[in-house]
Amino acid sequence: MSEFMIRRFFQSAIVILAMSAIVFFGVNVVGDPVDMLINPEADQADIEATIRALGLDRPIGEQYLYFLKGVWVGDFGKSFIFGQPALQLILQRMPATLELAFAALLLAIILGIPLGLFAGLRPESRVSKGVMAGSIMGFSLPTFWVGLMMIIIFAVELGWLPSTGRGDTATFLGITSSLFTLDGLSHICLPAFNLALLKISLVIRLTRAGTREAVHQDYIKFARAKGLSNRRIIGVHLLKNILIPVVTVIGLEFGSLIAFSVVTETIFAWPGMGKLLIESILVLDRPVIVAYLMIIVALFVFINLVVDIVYSLLDPRVRLRDQGA
Amino acid sequence: MSSEATPNMAGVEGDPQVVAETAGAAVETPFKRFVSEFFESRVAIGALFTLVAIILAALLAPLITPQNPYDLGQVDILDGRLPPGSEAFAEYTMWLGSDGAGRDLYSAILYGLRISLAVGVTSGLIAIVIGMSVGLLAAYVGGRVEAFIMRIVDLQLSFPAALVALMLVALLGKGIDKIILALVVAQWAYYARTVRGSALVERSKEYVEAAASLGLSHARIMFRHILPNCLAPLIVVGTIQTAHAIALEATLSFLGVGLPQTEPSLGVLIANGFEYMLSGKYWISVFPGVALLITIVSINLVGDQLRDVLNPRLKR
Repeated sequence: MSEFMIRRFFQSAIVILAMSAIVFFGVNVVGDPVDMLINPEADQADIEATIRALGLDRPIGEQYLYFLKGVWVGDFGKSFIFGQPALQLILQRMPATLELAFAALLLAIILGIPLGLFAGLRPESRVSKGVMAGSIMGFSLPTFWVGLMMIIIFAVELGWLPSTGRGDTATFLGITSSLFTLDGLSHICLPAFNLALLKISLVIRLTRAGTREAVHQDYIKFARAKGLSNRRIIGVHLLKNILIPVVTVIGLEFGSLIAFSVVTETIFAWPGMGKLLIESILVLDRPVIVAYLMIIVALFVFINLVVDIVYSLLDPRVRLRDQGA
Repeated sequence: MSSEATPNMAGVEGDPQVVAETAGAAVETPFKRFVSEFFESRVAIGALFTLVAIILAALLAPLITPQNPYDLGQVDILDGRLPPGSEAFAEYTMWLGSDGAGRDLYSAILYGLRISLAVGVTSGLIAIVIGMSVGLLAAYVGGRVEAFIMRIVDLQLSFPAALVALMLVALLGKGIDKIILALVVAQWAYYARTVRGSALVERSKEYVEAAASLGLSHARIMFRHILPNCLAPLIVVGTIQTAHAIALEATLSFLGVGLPQTEPSLGVLIANGFEYMLSGKYWISVFPGVALLITIVSINLVGDQLRDVLNPRLKR
């Protein structure tokens, strides 16, 4: 077991190292770092001085090692626009993104599981067919387009909900979030639903497939034969068994929620790190872009590592297969 | 989709004798059976015709639009932001209204469709060629090469395609060539996995052994013998991935990190209209969006039906 974990850990480290190389050489070889890193209005002497200060006159391999050393201590350089360290800037915006992703995850669970359960139990009903058609739409409609429609309908035409910003925030148990104020909640409604749409569809399909498979199993028949109430059969026996894959997928999808929040945050002007990324790309604020990419890569590698280890704890076959390979 | 089948067609499926009666003397070839099965679903027929109409409209755009929206001589800034159905200065009706620069939206949408489709299809084809070759190689050679290739594929598939494309665009910058490159990198792994899966099954079959014992070259066995038998799942994945690529390009362009204003795809048009949206001028964003939507949904529906028809495990 410990051998497996060490091996996985080692692989994750290699992936992060490889991605850091790709990001570094992407910035430094594809583009000209002098153009990107130095204020275009600087004079020749300033440019020379900055090149030396940034180490751009050194061989590229040495520069990469220097970059790695910076990454190791969390130093990605200062943002050209804000003048703050890039990492600090992103960490400041991170709570807003996490809050949005968390709200979207919650929506996916509280809407997706009951709807999927219903569609699985009564596959022939009209409502179920409507739910399934809706979930296909949720898969194929681009997120940004649904977001636009939501703004037109709920913010412009009906005027029910605000479409931009985060609203008032309040601090509760040391966490500052807009989930704790009414104004904040009204602001988070549209973006959270927009971000959740894809995940709601996914959870509906998973729950439905699991339910349809489970209702024909012997333990459900046995529970019925025992004369248990329908509510108990569905709520306890069925739900317990179909939730395992659903929970796994939801956990895996948290990373992609954070990644996709780039789109939602831009549409709804939500002040998270995804919006910061797009703004940084538009003004070529390279240190922030590099820092964001490295953080996202590390996040994904971490999530995959945790999932792999949890899997191997639950299912010994994964461990054995890996050793055989 | 199979529930859409008419009773008559279902009979054709079940009983070979009925085929002979209804189809006359025609012999049932695999292709004919494929066509008749595809057309069993009314939804799929509708989607296919919509898709053909969209492609034709995009190809024939200069012939069927009242103006070339990117010829400055034909655009009048005074026509800007007219609601749908208004009369343009050049005396034609702008059925879908006009955008901020005075371009007829109907014309702009058809020209935008050309760019969206071209980017989606080009990146899809390049990704298919790369992914197919890599997947085929992995399945055919096996061993360490396969392990190495599939590690990379698995690794890439653990990141969402949208994130991979966004990262590349962040590193490379704007431009049509860079977007195509980003879409290719984001997609090739799906094709590699698909082809490797079906090629693994084919490799152990007897016809491959026969070809090898005839002394044919490895390349010939791979591309002329194994590949044709792996095409069915590749076509299905290719159709659905193309819809993804078009949606992804539109998303990136909408965010302002995709195609530049000089290559106005549907995503760029929607982004341009976004600033007018809050003032109630909905049509500048909505109509290009509807065009994008119809395109994506019809490709997806065609792909769904292809999957149902081409998947041997679902054979009724």
